Amino acid sequence: MVEALKTAIAERLADLEMVIGWEMGFDALHATPLFIREEGDLHRLTLGPLAVHNLATYLPGLKGKKVGVVVKGCDSRSVIQLANEGLIKREDITVFGLCCDGVISHRKLREALPADLGFVEQATWHSDRLQAVVAGHAVEVRLQDILADKCISCRYPNALAADVLVGAARTPAPQPVPCQDAFDALPQAEKLAFWEATMARCIRCYACRNACPLCVCRDHCIATTRDPLWLGQENSPAENFMFQMIHVLHLAGRCTECGECERSCPVDIPLLLLRRSMNRVTEELFDYQAGTTPGQTPPLLTFQVEEARINERGW
Amino acid sequence: MSASDSRELRIVGFLCNWCSYGGADTAGVARFAQPTDLRIIRVPCSGRIDPLFIVRALVNGADGVLVSGCHPRDCHYAEGNFYARRRLETLKRFLDATGIDPARFEYTWVSASEGQRWQHVVTEFTRRIHALGPAPLLRHVSDGAWFDAAAPAAAGPACPCHG
Ligand code: SF4
Ligand code: SF4
Repeated sequence: MVEALKTAIAERLADLEMVIGWEMGFDALHATPLFIREEGDLHRLTLGPLAVHNLATYLPGLKGKKVGVVVKGCDSRSVIQLANEGLIKREDITVFGLCCDGVISHRKLREALPADLGFVEQATWHSDRLQAVVAGHAVEVRLQDILADKCISCRYPNALAADVLVGAARTPAPQPVPCQDAFDALPQAEKLAFWEATMARCIRCYACRNACPLCVCRDHCIATTRDPLWLGQENSPAENFMFQMIHVLHLAGRCTECGECERSCPVDIPLLLLRRSMNRVTEELFDYQAGTTPGQTPPLLTFQVEEARINERGW
Repeated sequence: MSASDSRELRIVGFLCNWCSYGGADTAGVARFAQPTDLRIIRVPCSGRIDPLFIVRALVNGADGVLVSGCHPRDCHYAEGNFYARRRLETLKRFLDATGIDPARFEYTWVSASEGQRWQHVVTEFTRRIHALGPAPLLRHVSDGAWFDAAAPAAAGPACPCHG
């Protein structure tokens, strides 16, 4: 797959300022974004279960430039959504789409290994297995056991609206996510208690916001403006939770469930519990999944005079 | 008259200037008896209401939030309440995931002439909030408590995701 991709990129590189892909990072278990500007960079390109980043996140910042981007199925939805909202110009972007077999969750990997990820001396992938040497011990982990949650429930493994599609198309087989089911089953009071306990460890680093491909306000984010003052400086469960409410509500009808927020959280807050819940609402109300249909208007930016699924709430 | 004999609860009302605020005024001018828990914030249009106003009020300790605007198809600005309807319904259905009881938030439509309907809405909503009682609050902690929270954070997460 990677060779086919390299050929496709080489053919188009001359017309593009850069192509964004992945290369191996600082150790055997981390990939990192790669900015391909010339053919000489191409040999560094890598794909596979470590290519976790949603590279579409870079696109709004590069608006106006001709760039290429390598996307997994989920990432391709971000490209469509950004274009639907006019945050990028679709014609400026060349989308190299993958048929994706899923990526890992580093959190799950960390829990599956006998020692911290920093002690991994070697790691190799063989189809669906990772073989690693960790602090002198040889270990084997099945990809299936450390797959990111978003891949478990993935409905679009093959990139949508791609200019070039590489790999063999996969049939989606979405499964329920166990942690979401466990959360949904909690009584209301326990949900509140859960967020109170969980939000206590948020350090308000805003990594979740910065990693989100659809959070594009930069210095104007109301979480950090003083006027209007939406959010206090106090680091309490209530204020941290309020920040999440800002993120979720600003992403209502826009979130593509790429999972970058949860992946980037340094204290492992299961942020997707809230995003999935919201996406369920917008799907149920407006029969809408963000970033799946080019040209579609996000549901909260439009209306119908007679709403099919909202009753008029007479008293 | 209060909806019950217990102490007043904090109910915040966001009312549009053209219909519901007028409706509340009509009810007042007609001297309809109403519970007094509601604190009204007048906004130009229900379309002006950011769902975050409602969440902010609830997180800050409101026991209930009531939103009311012009009936759909009757908006002073023609379409403000059509947008509002989508936003408010989305929030209402989402609230469950936050652990905040969705019954603490309600939205409705009352026109300027509907004084009686306004009386009914306020009375019913106030009764409902009294039945629910004061809202449980997320903690606003002091520094010391925050440092206590930092210790478990360092020790590792304890959420269903990590079971
Ligand atoms: S909120 Fe999270 S899952 Fe949704 S688009 Fe943003 S980063 Fe992706
Ligand atoms: S990434 Fe995690 S710790 Fe940072 S602000 Fe978001 S939820 Fe809080």
